[in-house]
Amino acid sequence: MIHLRHVRFKYNSRYVLNGLDLSVAPGDRIGLVGPNGSGKTTLCQIIMGLLAPESGDIEIFGKARVDEADFQEIRGRIGFLFQDADDQLFCPTVLEDVAFGPLNMGKSPTEAKRIVKATLASLNLKGFEERITYQLSGGEKRLVSLATVLAMEPDMLILDEPTSGLDEETAERIVHILNESNLTSILISHDREFLDKTTGKMLKIQNGIISAA
Amino acid sequence: MDIEEFALGDSFVHNLDPRVKIICTLVFSTVVALNHWISAAAAAIVFPMVLIAAARINIKRVLSRLVVVNTFILFLWFLLPFTFPGDVINSLGPMEIHAEGLQYALLITLKSNAIVLMVIALLGTSPVFNLVHALSHMGVPDKLVHIFFFCFRYVHVIHEEYHRLAKAMKIRSFQPRTDVHTYRAYAYLVGMILVRSFDRSKRILAAMKCRGFRGRFYILHHYEMKRCDYLLAISSVVFSAALLVVK
Repeated sequence: MIHLRHVRFKYNSRYVLNGLDLSVAPGDRIGLVGPNGSGKTTLCQIIMGLLAPESGDIEIFGKARVDEADFQEIRGRIGFLFQDADDQLFCPTVLEDVAFGPLNMGKSPTEAKRIVKATLASLNLKGFEERITYQLSGGEKRLVSLATVLAMEPDMLILDEPTSGLDEETAERIVHILNESNLTSILISHDREFLDKTTGKMLKIQNGIISAA
Repeated sequence: MDIEEFALGDSFVHNLDPRVKIICTLVFSTVVALNHWISAAAAAIVFPMVLIAAARINIKRVLSRLVVVNTFILFLWFLLPFTFPGDVINSLGPMEIHAEGLQYALLITLKSNAIVLMVIALLGTSPVFNLVHALSHMGVPDKLVHIFFFCFRYVHVIHEEYHRLAKAMKIRSFQPRTDVHTYRAYAYLVGMILVRSFDRSKRILAAMKCRGFRGRFYILHHYEMKRCDYLLAISSVVFSAALLVVK
């Protein structure tokens, strides 16, 4: 699904990614680990087309991705969860926030509402539609962010530290949701136990390249 | 800080079409702002007061907002009676008090309060997002609508960020004084808030792009004019017109 070849990316003059290769096949569930500042988030943002690498090839869903238009095509198909839920939730109500993605993808308001309802129900968030997003607790914010991503019915998930700062019970819910959905995924986390439960393969990013962990 | 404190409620005023509310507020405010008569300005206050009563919102909170507005107006009372040219009716030490100045200050006070009350009664009783929708329905340019909306949404986040930074300063024994150290610390605080807000805005845009945002907001609710919307529209036009003829 995703093939990166020899990707280089630098902040200022330091290469965070230095000739990195990565392949993700359909059905892969990859845990991505690595020290702070090793480029995990950068890598994911490059896949989403939010950052442009200095050099290297990016092939996603069987097509080379170069410019903004190429990446617009894939964004609806890869669900990306940001580290900070406050970055992701920007509408006042949960209903509107979760509907934002489906509406952008051309769904009618009625259809979007139906998708929101179904997604919230599947995450055990029934009745959250009219809740105000900035008044949710940290755990609820994370779950609603996940709902905004899942509502787009993506083929693949990339989650950036989905369990950081969550209590055990909420983290366990996320494990359950991920295992239930069984989507191809890349999960960034420092929590090995969480990755053991949710992924089949562990990769480590260090010194700008990826190796088996 | 709760900007939407009056928006929760289920009265007839809360349920009015936000488009009608915006237009009525505009018409009313324009008429009130342009009028020159104290009697008309005083009469103008009646309309928003009726609406506030109908909306059953917390009167104490309404008053506390008026206090803020009137604090600014208070300065006019210190200035206008002494500086506006006109008949002298009294003197305070070396300064003369002019009748026209007093009238002018009173007129401004009445007008401002009437307009602010109208804004609270009509716009305050709608959630900001509904107003934003209404604005885009009314053909206001997308960019303006977006700026308005994001300002509102992220004021909270920036406010929280400010508190976090201020606390971080406090726990390291920062005490504001009148010296360069204090000024510099505050400058850093403001600078840091700006930088962080800028970074956050970039992350938010990135998150929106990931969900397929291409510069357009799609609207989930559509509005339909009901009988009470026409009622408000007609009554506010009639009332505003009446203000024009009152002297």
